[in-house]
Amino acid sequence: MSSILAILFDGVVYSSWLFMMAAGLTLIYGVMRILNIAHGSLYALGAYAAATIAGAWLAAGYAPVGSYAMLALAAVLVGVVVGPLVERGLLRRMYGQDEVVLLLVTYAAFLMLEDAIKLVWGVESKLLTEPYSLPGNFHIGALAYPRYNLVLITVAIVTGLALAWALYRTRQGKLLLAVIHDREISAAMGINVTRVYLVTFTLGSMLAGLGGALTAPTIAVSPGIGVEVIVLSFAVVVVGGLGSLGGAALGALLVGVVRSFAVRYWPEAELFTIYGVMALVLIARPKGLFSAPEARKI
Amino acid sequence: MTRLLLAVLVALSGVSAPTVAAAQQPIKIGIVTFLSGPAAGPFGVPARNAAELMAETLNAGTVPAPYATKGLGGNPIELIIIDEAGGPQKQVAEFRNLAQRVDLIVGYISSGDCLAIAPVAEELKKLTVLFDCGTPRIFEDASYKYVFRTGPHATMDNTSAALYVLERNPNVKSIAGINQNYAWGQDSWVDFEAAMKALKPGIEVKTSQMTKLFAGQFGAEISTLLSSGADVVHSSFWGGDLEGLVLQGAPRGLFKNHLVVLSAGEPAINRLGAKIPDGTIIGARGPFGPFAPDTALSRWFRGVFQERYAVAPNYASYKMAQGILGVKTAYEKAKAGAASPNQDQIIAAFEKLSFEGPGGMVHMSLGKGHQAVMDVAVGTARTVGGELRIVDVKRYPADRVNPPEGVKSEAWIKSGFKK
Repeated sequence: MSSILAILFDGVVYSSWLFMMAAGLTLIYGVMRILNIAHGSLYALGAYAAATIAGAWLAAGYAPVGSYAMLALAAVLVGVVVGPLVERGLLRRMYGQDEVVLLLVTYAAFLMLEDAIKLVWGVESKLLTEPYSLPGNFHIGALAYPRYNLVLITVAIVTGLALAWALYRTRQGKLLLAVIHDREISAAMGINVTRVYLVTFTLGSMLAGLGGALTAPTIAVSPGIGVEVIVLSFAVVVVGGLGSLGGAALGALLVGVVRSFAVRYWPEAELFTIYGVMALVLIARPKGLFSAPEARKI
Repeated sequence: MTRLLLAVLVALSGVSAPTVAAAQQPIKIGIVTFLSGPAAGPFGVPARNAAELMAETLNAGTVPAPYATKGLGGNPIELIIIDEAGGPQKQVAEFRNLAQRVDLIVGYISSGDCLAIAPVAEELKKLTVLFDCGTPRIFEDASYKYVFRTGPHATMDNTSAALYVLERNPNVKSIAGINQNYAWGQDSWVDFEAAMKALKPGIEVKTSQMTKLFAGQFGAEISTLLSSGADVVHSSFWGGDLEGLVLQGAPRGLFKNHLVVLSAGEPAINRLGAKIPDGTIIGARGPFGPFAPDTALSRWFRGVFQERYAVAPNYASYKMAQGILGVKTAYEKAKAGAASPNQDQIIAAFEKLSFEGPGGMVHMSLGKGHQAVMDVAVGTARTVGGELRIVDVKRYPADRVNPPEGVKSEAWIKSGFKK
């Protein structure tokens, strides 16, 4: 029993990590119709920024518990600095182009950001281990788990709920939903679509940065970490339905838990199971689990 | 008509064995190593640094004997360094380009790149020295005239690890693995598993985790390893994956509850230091880094590298230096018989060559004289006074951990290391 519980817990931790990435990705797609490959770089930037800022905090001898605030600060910085830079500086000039063109533009942005990361931080890995080990361990059966995993799960749940609340319960959120539903009508009704785009991209970037910042203490922050995560996040978003927040949550949970069981009982098929889930979902629901019905335009 | 004749002459001059370089002309060496991507930090850049250091010190004539002559037999060395990132297809295109600009090439860390480059080097008749990649298949599945590998292949990494584990822990009953799911990780696990089974028949394999390269998150895998009850956990992880496994596994007791073998763990020593838990078995893919013998050349290399880059050289640095010194030895041996040796003369001198590297003696004794073997060493990590040390070092002679000429590694291990 405790073994199943441990597998489920591993799955949920992995899902939380996936969800933080997928939420930003699906939000940006939902509003802007952009499959943002640069999301992977924003994740990496979040991780590097966290390693630098929280590392400097700890090196200066401040209270270790403050390093968690530094992780959050790193995420915010990535969101408010890099997000608008990419949206205003690059994407804005491409709106109205075909989705495939925009996909290529974000791929170009991804490559540029990867090189920028290399220029700033070099190719050596960066380590930030204190926040991971600081809260100590807890046990499920005989297995020890760092409590930091609980931080990850909590942040993912809070982020998801806050996003849902902001989207469905606030005026700004409803404006955003209107743009998701129909950009042209929204613009005609007086919604400042340009501003909505900027806010959405900034928020999405912040989520990617948050994913990276919270992952930084558990990994060696090194070149290429954004590549792996973007492929997985796309799988999650496709399973959930492009543009759906609930879909991203369920997709992440499904992929995370199925993968966790595969690792334990069928390790040869670990990677297969992730994409197997995606294939099965797409056979049953070609637009993902929670895709919104599309209005036919004449 | 004259043009046609000229064209034929030019073409023919290309066919005849080209002279590598006239006296005192610089010899251009193409260096191919990862300058970007995940392999740049642990291997590519330390190897690039070693190449630059060796070219500079050889040109200045400051390398200790037997390498005190300047450059390559008096000719200065000029390096042209390119990035190995981008995959085998891109590397083949880059190689074709580079081959026209240089006299010879020293490079390649990835086994996939080596497998793709070797036949192209043969086709272009360009002397190519592979310095690091591990797969034994290069010379076990094919035969090359223009390709050499001055670094030992990966079989000995895992045979020596298995010998070390069982010598110190004869009661080991079960093993588990966590390796990256591509040629390197799969081959390493196959070799380790086969070696353990050959040395101790009946040993049980509890689980073999094959993770996607650079997966980063190993929570579920660590839980599975912890639950497996295996006595030994083997991993050939490198780079960020290796550091991630240590960072995520150590707080959960992975290294305390199991005897963990990191067959390519040495580059992480500089990065993680005392974060590597006590008792972890560490390999360096040869007698490199903390396993290097105490020779004048070894002390010199470690000293100048440390002084220039403020970090100790890791095995990739040793292997690059070794590759360049192999080229120097072959070139100068060929030059002894010819004022300005051509490529064929250098190749003839390189075959079955023995030379000294900063990691000790290198013998080009496999692959019809094109594949190096060396002694290998394995040790155990222990933190003393806050600093990581490698203790209980055991050296294995090259012929104990490598197959004999003409025998494939896998078959040799399965035969129970028969000579």
